Amino acid sequence: MIAPAIATLFIVNIFPLMWSFGLSFFEYKANRIAAPVFKGLDNYADVLKDPDIWERFQHTATIVVGSVVVQLIVGFLLALLFANEFPLRRYLLMLVLAPMMLSLSAVGVFFKLFYDPTLGFISRFISLFTPDTYVILSTPARATIAIVAADAWMWSPFVMLLVLAGLVSVPKYLYEAAEIDRAGWWRRFRTITFPYIRSLLLLALLFRTIETFKIFDVVYILTEGGPGSSTETVSVYVYRLAFQFFRTSLASALGYIMLFAVIVLTSLYLYAIQTRRAEPVNE
Amino acid sequence: MSKNRTHVIGKSGWRRTLGAAVVSAIYFFPVYYILMTAFKTRPDALAMPIKFLFTPTMDNFYSVFVRADIQGGGGTDSGFSHYFFNSLFIGGTSVTLALIMGTAAAYGFSRFPLRGNDTYLFIILTTRMLPPIIAIIPIFVLFRVFGLSGSYTGIIALYTAFNLPFSIWMAKSFFDDLDRDIEDAARMDGSSEWRVFRKICLPQVYGGLAATFVFAVILTWNEFLFALMLTGTETRTVPVAIARTIGGQVGVDWGLMSAIETLFIIPVVLVTFVLQNQLLRGVTFGTIRK
Repeated sequence: MIAPAIATLFIVNIFPLMWSFGLSFFEYKANRIAAPVFKGLDNYADVLKDPDIWERFQHTATIVVGSVVVQLIVGFLLALLFANEFPLRRYLLMLVLAPMMLSLSAVGVFFKLFYDPTLGFISRFISLFTPDTYVILSTPARATIAIVAADAWMWSPFVMLLVLAGLVSVPKYLYEAAEIDRAGWWRRFRTITFPYIRSLLLLALLFRTIETFKIFDVVYILTEGGPGSSTETVSVYVYRLAFQFFRTSLASALGYIMLFAVIVLTSLYLYAIQTRRAEPVNE
Repeated sequence: MSKNRTHVIGKSGWRRTLGAAVVSAIYFFPVYYILMTAFKTRPDALAMPIKFLFTPTMDNFYSVFVRADIQGGGGTDSGFSHYFFNSLFIGGTSVTLALIMGTAAAYGFSRFPLRGNDTYLFIILTTRMLPPIIAIIPIFVLFRVFGLSGSYTGIIALYTAFNLPFSIWMAKSFFDDLDRDIEDAARMDGSSEWRVFRKICLPQVYGGLAATFVFAVILTWNEFLFALMLTGTETRTVPVAIARTIGGQVGVDWGLMSAIETLFIIPVVLVTFVLQNQLLRGVTFGTIRK
């Protein structure tokens, strides 16, 4: 029964991946006819020695850390707000959940409009407090914050959903017991609520780290890596290497370094899921 | 399957509604702003402070499909109706294929675990978790060699493979949740494996598969990078067309852009509402169920 699925995945996905894995050991440009020349590990050595690439990893890390931290905080607060049943909850929840289901490219286009110095309501709003027109995408720091804001806005609801799932799993009698013991809200949170949502927060952290690490669409549409190359992420750089400079094999090598990172993170994620299932607090 | 609606731990009254309404309004504002701009005339769209009261116009929606002639008079087809068709056709076909194969595979993984079952599932998940930029390099080159660039066959095959891991993990999570007693009873009574699958297991997961279908269609509908690299004029999908409309030009017509985005996101927002209870499972590829 699994044969058709495996065959499709193999032909369309795994075979091309192995092909490019092989390619990463050759010198090859997709826009030349010249046959690939074997280079061994040279491409990997080039990638690891290249300061430009380390810089791209730093940009990516800054965006990942900034965005994931904001998502965890905002998502957590949203979850506390929506943890109780109240009139119209279902409809309000829809408004908060909607951004998560939008396309990354649509969010890129939205925020490009909002950050526009003359038309965008966000930049116009900030300009009220600054002497000059506030051009959001003009400096590296501002552009990075702009990307983080767009990404965090989109994905905070994801963290909210996971935290909500954790909050429901707390048995009510624990709160009742805490009530009798006159435990303050902080103590109740720290000793009762937090242990139940800890594993889900970890899952949210890992999942969002994997996804944000790959960030492409938002950066590509919003800043195109600019100003200069100050917000260029690894994904955008691989794209440029492969399709603008046509250094196909070098791009493949860099891609495989990314893939390795993602595989490690994915294993951690699945491991965290298994641990969570095994925990006595669930079921 | 648990019936508890999107998770609550207690009850609150209208005061909480008020607080939540304010927060939701702020949170949803960027989307609302786009929806609003789509119905505005150009001067209204540019007005500052933001005009919340205005006379709505449908002009932007008209211009989505018909490009005005510079000399005046009639207009030419902007191609957007074709791009919408492409998005739907490519998404629908590839998701249907992926779901049929994915359901079969998921049932196999769930009921007849192989040696190294978890390894297979891990590899399958990895093909979905990997940065798409890695996959696109060899696929781009191979598609050119086989002449698949810009063809429906190519992009549909790619999206089928793109949706398969998601379908398998989702469908497996639904099969895993089923109560085994009924099917064991049927097996005891001498039902064939096919009959157990077809008459007992499958009907119980129809709802879940429908949700999976819709999620996968949205994922495909939203996908940008593969579409950017592998579709041509004939097969271009909406996200690529949108990015092309804002790229290059100096003065972007934001009313028009907003109208396109509105048409693009309204189905997604509606679906989000309908699928609220399955959303957690959907966005985590079925790895987290509750």
